[in-house]
Amino acid sequence: MEASQFKSDQYVRFCPGCGDHAICMALQKAMAQIGIPTHQVAVISGIGCSSRMPHYLNTYGFNTIHGRGGAIATGVKTSHPELTVWQMSGDGDCLAIGGNHFIHEIRRNVDLNVCMFNNRIYGLTKGQYSPTSPKGFISKSSPFGTVERPFIPAELVLGARGTFFARTLDVDMPTTVDCFVAAQQHKGCSIVECLVNCVIFNNGTHAWIADRDQRAEHSIVLKHGEKMIFGADKDKGLAVVIDQQTFVPHIIVVPADDSRVLTHDAHQQDPTLHRLLALMGQNKVENVNADEQNDNLPIALGVIRDVEAETYEEAVNQQIASVREKSKVHTFDELTATLDTFLL
Amino acid sequence: MHQILKIIPVVKQIVVRFCGDSGDGMQLTGNLFSSLSAILGHEISTLPDFPAEIRAPQGTLGGVSGFQVELGSEVYTPGDKADVIVAMNAAALKVCTLGSHFNHPQAHYDDQFALYHRHAIVIVDTDSLSDKDLEKAQYHTDNPFMELEIPESVQIVPVALTTLTKEALKDFDMDNKSMLKSRNMFALGLVCWLFDEPMDEAIHLLEDKFKKKPTLIAPNTKVMVDGYNYGQNLALSIHQIHIDGQPNEAHGTYTSIAGNKATAWGLIAAAEKAGKRLFLGSYPITPATDILHELAGRKDMNVMAVQAEDEIAGVCTAIGAAFAGDLACTSTSGPGLSLKSEAIGLAVMAELPLVVIDVQRGGPSTGLPTKTEQTDLLQALYGRNGECPAVVIAASSSANCFDYAYEACRLALENMTPVILLTDTYLANGTALWRIPQLAELPAIHPQSVPEELKGKYNPALRDERGVRYWAFPGMAGYEHRNIGLERDAQRGTISTNPENHEQMVRARQAKIAQIANQIPELKVIKSPETNENSPMSNTTLLVGWGSTEGHLHAAANELNCDLAQFNYINPLPRNTREVLSKYKRIVVCELNTGQFAAYLRSQLPELRIEQYNEIQGQPFAVERIVKFVKSIVD
Repeated sequence: MEASQFKSDQYVRFCPGCGDHAICMALQKAMAQIGIPTHQVAVISGIGCSSRMPHYLNTYGFNTIHGRGGAIATGVKTSHPELTVWQMSGDGDCLAIGGNHFIHEIRRNVDLNVCMFNNRIYGLTKGQYSPTSPKGFISKSSPFGTVERPFIPAELVLGARGTFFARTLDVDMPTTVDCFVAAQQHKGCSIVECLVNCVIFNNGTHAWIADRDQRAEHSIVLKHGEKMIFGADKDKGLAVVIDQQTFVPHIIVVPADDSRVLTHDAHQQDPTLHRLLALMGQNKVENVNADEQNDNLPIALGVIRDVEAETYEEAVNQQIASVREKSKVHTFDELTATLDTFLL
Repeated sequence: MHQILKIIPVVKQIVVRFCGDSGDGMQLTGNLFSSLSAILGHEISTLPDFPAEIRAPQGTLGGVSGFQVELGSEVYTPGDKADVIVAMNAAALKVCTLGSHFNHPQAHYDDQFALYHRHAIVIVDTDSLSDKDLEKAQYHTDNPFMELEIPESVQIVPVALTTLTKEALKDFDMDNKSMLKSRNMFALGLVCWLFDEPMDEAIHLLEDKFKKKPTLIAPNTKVMVDGYNYGQNLALSIHQIHIDGQPNEAHGTYTSIAGNKATAWGLIAAAEKAGKRLFLGSYPITPATDILHELAGRKDMNVMAVQAEDEIAGVCTAIGAAFAGDLACTSTSGPGLSLKSEAIGLAVMAELPLVVIDVQRGGPSTGLPTKTEQTDLLQALYGRNGECPAVVIAASSSANCFDYAYEACRLALENMTPVILLTDTYLANGTALWRIPQLAELPAIHPQSVPEELKGKYNPALRDERGVRYWAFPGMAGYEHRNIGLERDAQRGTISTNPENHEQMVRARQAKIAQIANQIPELKVIKSPETNENSPMSNTTLLVGWGSTEGHLHAAANELNCDLAQFNYINPLPRNTREVLSKYKRIVVCELNTGQFAAYLRSQLPELRIEQYNEIQGQPFAVERIVKFVKSIVD
C-alpha cells in the first residue's frame, strides 16, 4: 500500500517546525508498509498535540478525552481483537493524567501500538512542565524551576512488565518507521517513545541527539542481533561490566573492536540489560543541571525490548471460547432454563 | 395492615425477620425461606440488611445481620415491621427491639424504632443469652427482656436452639463449631412449621443449595426437620399461621431473583435480541459489584466482562467497545458515577450507545455504602460539564430491574446515546418474584445502522429523520471516519469551533433525547382501590414517586385510598406527564432524598404545585410514615 492511502483530507494543524509532522509522515509510511487495510485500523487518542494525530490518518479514529486513550483502546482491542489498534499519546496524556491506564495496558499486555510523543512539555495548554521535564525545568507553571523528579518512560514501562519498548527521534525518519513497523509486528503492548521537539515551548529539548552533527556520537540505534557500535566513525562499542564491590552492572564505552562489545538481544526475557540500555544518557533527562560531560554513554534508539507473552485479549477470548465449548447454555432461553422455577 | 396473629391464624401476608450474628448464616436462611415461599406460590419481597463490616467481633451489636421478607399476596414491600422475629443471639434481640437506637444506653422498646410490632412473635435462642453473650451485646442486667422493656403483648418463644441443634447432630461425627453452624437450619425448620410449609420442598431446596458440598446435606436436613418437629412440641404455646394469599401475578413460570442479577440478565437478553456482543467494563463497588460477578461468570453467554483498573477505565473500555460496535455497559454506584462523568460526556458528544448502571447507595462521598438512597438522580441528569443530555430511567422492583436494563439497552442502541439506569441497594440486594420471559416475547431491538448508500460518503454527523446519527464502526470498509469529543461540524462531522454550529449541535443532541419520548410508554396512574364519598383523596390526591419506592408508595396509596404515579422514565418524561399530573389538586412527591425529583418536576412543569415527602436515613420508606405524613397535610 502507499503512504498516501493513509492520509486523511484534513489540513495538518501541528505548528510549523513541530516534530509531530515527521511522526505523522512516519506513521503513514509505516502503516503502508504494514499493509493492513484502512478499515481494519483504529487509531485512538486522548488529548494533547499528539492526540490530534487520528484526524490526519485515513483510518477509523477516535480523539477522546484527556488521559483515557489507553482505556478506550483497551476496550476496542479486547472486544475486537481482529482490529489493529494504535494509541496516540503524549508525555502528559500518558504519564500524568492517564498514568493509571498506561501502566495497566502494559501490565495486561493488550496488543496495542502506543506512540508516546515525548516533548517534555505541555504544548496544547501552552507551556507547563510535564512528568518528563527534567528537575529544575523552568516553565510557566514552574517559574523557579520544578522540584519534581521526572519519570523515565522506559523505566516505567519495564516496571509495569512491558514486553516491548522502543525509542525514536522525530528527525530520524528511518528509525521511526522501523520502530512503528516492529511495534505493529509485536504481539502485545508496544510502547514507542517518540522524542519530539516542541518548537514553540521547548525548542531544542532533544538537541543533544537531534542536532545532526552530534547525533552519531550521542546516540546508538539498537538492532536485534547486531553489535552495539556507534560514533561518527563507528569506532565505539558498548560493553557491560559488573562492579566487584557492589555487584551492580554498568554499561561502558569500549573500542568497537573490543571483544566485549555486546550484541543486542531484544528478545531476552530478562529485562536487566534492557533497562541499562534504556537508561543510558538519561541523567541529562533527569536534571537540567546535569553535567553533560560526565556521561559519555549514548542515548539508545530503536527497539530495546521485544519479548513474547500472552496478550490480554487473546487470553480472555480464549477463556470465553473454552467455557462456551464446555457449556450447553448459549442462549437466553437456555440460561433461564437452568433456574429453579415454579408455575403460577 | 397486620392482623393479631393469636386471634386470626389465617393472614394474607406476613413479615418475618431472621436476625443473628454475621456468621450465623442469616442471609442463607432468609434466602432459602424466601425461595421456599415463592415456590409455594406466595409473592415475596425481601430486604437483606447486613452490617458494613466484613466480620465484626462475634456476638457484638455491630455484627448483627438481618434478613426480612414479606410473603403472601398483595406484597409490595418487605414490610415496615416484622410479625415474626428469629433472634439468634442477645445482640440480635437488642438490635431488633431497639432498631436504629440500639446504641443508646437507655433505649427500650419504642413503637417508632422497633423492627417488630407489639403483637409479634419473637423466637429467641436461649442458649445465646449467657452473661458473656449479654456483656458482648452491651446489656447492663441479666434479664434482656426486662431491660429492653419488651411489651407483654409480644409473644416471646424461648428455644434452646444450640442445645437442640447439638442433640439433632449427636449421631453425626462433627466438631462443635460445625454443629453450631447448623443452628440456622433448626430455626428455618421451626419457621417452616410455623407457617405450615411442607418439609419435602424445603429438603429439595437444601439439597440443591448444598449440591457442591454433598456431605453437608444430611446433617443440615436432619437439623431442619428436627426444627420442624420441635414446632409440634410448641403447638401448645403458639399457633401455626396459615398464609392464605393467592398471588396477583399473571400465569407463568416464576423464580425469585435479586435486582442485581435481574439487571445483569436484562443486559444479556438485550445483547442476544440485538445481535450484539455484550461488553461490560466495571470496577468493584458496593452495592453494584454483583452485576460484575454475574457477568464475569457468563462467559457461556459470550459476555466480555473486563474488571478495569478504575471506574474511569470501566466506562472508557465500554466506550471503546461501543466505538467498535458492541453493546457496551458499565456498572457502578454513586461515587463511581462521579468518576465516570467526563467519559459519559464523551459518549454524549461522540453519540455512542452506552448503558451506565448506577446502583445508588447512601452518599455523598463514601457515605453509606451498604444502605439505600435515591440521591443520584440530579447527578444522573445534570452531573456533567456542558449541555450534556443523556437518557435517565429507573427500575422500580428487584424483578423489573430486568426489564429496565433491557430497555436501557434498547434505547441506547436505537438512539446512539448513553442511557443511565438507576437502581439502588434496596432493589439490588432484595429479591422478588420474576416471571421468566422467553426471548421471543421481549420487544425487538434494532440497533442504529448505516445505509449502504452512504458507503464512501459517510461521516459521523449524518443523521436519520429522527435526528439519530448513523453507526459505522471499525471493520466496515468505506465508512472510515474520525469520531471526537470535540464539537463537530453539523454537516461534515469534523472539528468545528463555529459559534452557530455549536448552538445547532447542542440543540440537535437535546432534540435527539427529547424524541425518545415517542418510543417509551405513557405514564399510567395506579388508581386508588375505591372511589366514593368516603375516600376524599381518590381522584384528587396523587402520590408521585420514581424508581425503587414503587412498592412502598403503592401500599401507602392503597391505605390512603389515593392514586399513585410511579415514574420509570425520567429523561425524557413520558409525553402525557403534564396531562396526568395537572388533573390532581394535590401532588405529593415522595423520595429517599431531599427532593430531587420534585425539583426536576417543578423545572419541567412549573405551573404545578408540588408538595414533597422525603426521608434520608439510608433505609427504604416505611409505609406507615408516608401515610401519616399525607394524612397530616390533607387534614
